[in-house]
Amino acid sequence: MSATVTLDKSKVWGGGTSPFGVSWGKMYMWFFLVSDAFTFSTLLVAYGTLRHRFTEIWPMPNIVFTHFPFIHGHVPLAYVGLMTFILIMSSVTMVLAVEGGHRRHNKDVALWLGLTIIGGLMFVGSQAWEWYHFIVGTEHGAYILADGTWAKLVEHGKEALQLANGTIVEGPRVHELLAGAKQFHGANLVINEYGSTPLFANFFFFITGFHGFHVFSGVVINFIIWIKVLNGDYIKRGHYEQVEKVGLYWHFVDLVWVFVFTFFYLV
Amino acid sequence: MSENHEHKPKGYTTGDIHNQFVEEHETPNAKKVIWRTFWILLFITIFEVAISFTGLNKELLQWIFVALTIVKAGYIVGYFMHLIHERFSFRYSILLPFILIAYLIFIALKEGVYLNFVK
Repeated sequence: MSATVTLDKSKVWGGGTSPFGVSWGKMYMWFFLVSDAFTFSTLLVAYGTLRHRFTEIWPMPNIVFTHFPFIHGHVPLAYVGLMTFILIMSSVTMVLAVEGGHRRHNKDVALWLGLTIIGGLMFVGSQAWEWYHFIVGTEHGAYILADGTWAKLVEHGKEALQLANGTIVEGPRVHELLAGAKQFHGANLVINEYGSTPLFANFFFFITGFHGFHVFSGVVINFIIWIKVLNGDYIKRGHYEQVEKVGLYWHFVDLVWVFVFTFFYLV
Repeated sequence: MSENHEHKPKGYTTGDIHNQFVEEHETPNAKKVIWRTFWILLFITIFEVAISFTGLNKELLQWIFVALTIVKAGYIVGYFMHLIHERFSFRYSILLPFILIAYLIFIALKEGVYLNFVK
């Protein structure tokens, strides 16, 4: 058996034109994003399935996420609305950087990419703030009753206690139950004050955490490309395709947030 | 390598393909399209937050949210990621696999409702 194989070069496809009209780098970025979208889809589908399973005890997002910096009291959805605005805005600055690249205007690319990095950092910071309040919880908290089950005080005309299975208890029974109960605040992977199922907090941590990690990696990658832009690498190269590729990734992160926003905070 | 380099036809390198794509889709009002897309996305988001307080039927609201989310996703993928400018074959290589996700959503949510029913 000979180790050498001689190729008849006339029969080998030498490239020439690109069947899809895109370069291999951009195509693989798209295919990576498709696979990443599948990962996020399966996470969100798992979330949806278990939410339907525990529909009557699943906490309402507009009761859980009501904090806003420097404002006391309940401001439901305002903060995530702002986070969505920040991320859409950074997507706009990114697409303007790509557009600057199409005109081969190095200064424009540097400016818009720089603003995209700032937007990304603002979003990651906002998410840290959101996690902090979710983990620390409210002053009301919830209770672990003497028998070890979950319960929470709710306003139901007068003082009432919501039990782990979703039923509401009123009257003197409330004080009876609370006698041997232990109060706790916030959320972790085992128990949370928002609802009797730990799944709510688990999915919140996992999905927003996975998305936040994508945003963080995006900021790092954007920063590397930004340094290359400032170095004038793409002037030498004659095209800004790398900016376009990281742009695709960045828009994808924005795209995932649109779905997380809907399924975690709106519905 | 150097021999290959000489015989390389035009349109072979990443840069050639990229620049060709840019030339083909050069639009004088690219910035206008970007900002229009931004306002649409912002308006939809504000509208979503606003109607979540109206106390409309909950199921109806959920369908409105899902529909508007898909519209937003369409604008991001189409205009920000330039997918509408890609070739037909490439566009559908990207989009068609998501039929599987639609099917997954259908069977998994049905299962969730069923598990709640038999608990």
